Amino acid sequence: MLAFIIQRIAQSALVLLVVGLVAFSMFSFVGDPIDNMLGQERTQADIDRLRGQLGLDQPFPVQYVKFLGNAVQGNFGISYRQGRPVADILLERAPATLELAAVSGFLAIFMGIGLGVFTAIRREGFAANAIMSLSLIGVSLPTFLIGILLIYLFSVELGWLPSFGRGETVRVGGWTTGFLTESGLKALILPSITLGLYQMTLIMRLVRSEMLEVLRQDYIRFARARGLRERAVNFRHALKNTLVPVITVTGLQLGSIIAFAIITETVFQWPGVGLLFINAIQFVDIPVMAAYLMLISVMFVGINLIVDLLYFSIDPRLRADRTKAH
Amino acid sequence: MTDRQLPPDMPIAVKDPSRLSIALQSDFFYTFKRSPVAIISFAVVVIMVLAAIFAPLVAPYNPFDPASLNLMNGFSRPMTPNAFTGDTFWLGTDDQGRDVFSTILYGMRISLFVGAAAVLFAMILGITLGLLAGYVGGWTETIIMRIADVQLTFPAILVAMLIFGIAKGVTPVEHRDQMAIWVLIIAIGLSDWVQFARVVRGATLVEKNKEYVQAARLIGRRSPAIMVRHILPNVLSPVLVIATISLALAIIAEATLSFLGVGAPPTQPSLGTLIRIGQGFLFSGEWWILLFPAATLLALALSVNLLGDWLRDALNPRLR
Repeated sequence: MLAFIIQRIAQSALVLLVVGLVAFSMFSFVGDPIDNMLGQERTQADIDRLRGQLGLDQPFPVQYVKFLGNAVQGNFGISYRQGRPVADILLERAPATLELAAVSGFLAIFMGIGLGVFTAIRREGFAANAIMSLSLIGVSLPTFLIGILLIYLFSVELGWLPSFGRGETVRVGGWTTGFLTESGLKALILPSITLGLYQMTLIMRLVRSEMLEVLRQDYIRFARARGLRERAVNFRHALKNTLVPVITVTGLQLGSIIAFAIITETVFQWPGVGLLFINAIQFVDIPVMAAYLMLISVMFVGINLIVDLLYFSIDPRLRADRTKAH
Repeated sequence: MTDRQLPPDMPIAVKDPSRLSIALQSDFFYTFKRSPVAIISFAVVVIMVLAAIFAPLVAPYNPFDPASLNLMNGFSRPMTPNAFTGDTFWLGTDDQGRDVFSTILYGMRISLFVGAAAVLFAMILGITLGLLAGYVGGWTETIIMRIADVQLTFPAILVAMLIFGIAKGVTPVEHRDQMAIWVLIIAIGLSDWVQFARVVRGATLVEKNKEYVQAARLIGRRSPAIMVRHILPNVLSPVLVIATISLALAIIAEATLSFLGVGAPPTQPSLGTLIRIGQGFLFSGEWWILLFPAATLLALALSVNLLGDWLRDALNPRLR
């Protein structure tokens, strides 16, 4: 078991090193920073001096290690477009994305599991069938179309909710939050539904099919025969045993929520990290792109690692298999 | 003794059935005939593909020919006449007086082309790497499948965005618009090969120990020939299913990227670009500029998706 954990952590570290290499080589492939920084009237001496100052005259591996060292300390260089340190810009934008992702994730998990259990128990019911058919459309609709549709319905036609931005935000320490004002909360509704809907349908369908599988098992029949109440059978016995695949998918989907936030943030002009990234691509702002790439990789690799390790604590069978194999 | 003579024109043996009649009598065609969903979605896809290919003939206007445009026709509602020729704009016009129906046809052309080319690219890459990984094994397999695993942890759309961003940085500014379509194809293709590689590798692992492969090896055929001529044809049917579903995903991915402004350039708008443009008019009440491209994209993606689902069930009778 320990060997497996060490192996997984080593693997994750390797992936991050490779991602770092990709991010680093973006700088070297795309344009010469010297050209960006020095004006027209430069001498060879100027160029050499700046090259020395920036450490660009050193061998590639040395530069790479320095780059990684800087990145670990949160120093990602200066944005070409905004002329400010990338780390500052990211920190400023992060709360918006994290709040949106948290609300969407919460929505996706609780609604997804709830509706999944409901549609599994009332398999023949009208409501369950309607939810299932709707979810099929939900899966086929591209995220940005859902966002536009919601804007059209609730902002243009009904005028109930704002169509863009975060509303009023409150500063709490270094964190700007939209949770504390009415307009901030209102502004959260449409983007979080847009972002969470796909994940919700995915979790719902998964929970439903796993539940249907489990409900057929003998121990469920036995639990019923013992006279346990429906609620206890469904939630204490059945739902618990569907959790392994649900946690895998949910964990991996949480990472996707951050990635898909790019789309939602663009539709709703939500001032988060995703919108920053899209603008960086449009204007080829390499430092921002590289920093975003590294941040999101750390997150994805971390989530994957945690999901893998969670398996072991949830499903004792895996532990037994591993130890036997070693 | 009078043997009864056969009349000369009577066929002695039953004629070999033609390929068409084999196809028409196959199990595959039978399940197709019995599935209304498959027939309808197939029809929608065929009509859209034909309309896209023949867009210059079908479209009433060439939306990219400035001579046919007139700003006086801007924001015409659907079913209103052209102020000059009296023709009807079936689906209205946008702010520059471009016929929405024509822009959709041309946009569909780009969406379908990018989608199909990206899937083809992903398929070739994935099949090659999958065959190599499955047949050669060893280090080759470890490296290929490790890369696949790592890539799979990132959402495809994010990978495509990154590749697009890097490629955009590498290409010189004056060529960016021209290159955008090709960059898009490569970006989506590279983000999508893993599925193919995994399935092909899995199937190859099963096939390579079968007797016909051993026989081919015994008579001295070389590995590349065995992979391409013997194993490949036997692993293609799952590839076909994935390709169909990938096509729907690729069309949506392309639309998403173009919608975000990191895809098809305004000079060659795809359906996603049109939706991006249309979104700007949502608040001013010109709903048709947005609605029709969005509905087209939806119909296209949904039909390809349904067709893929049906194909999966039809080719895999165990699931039925």
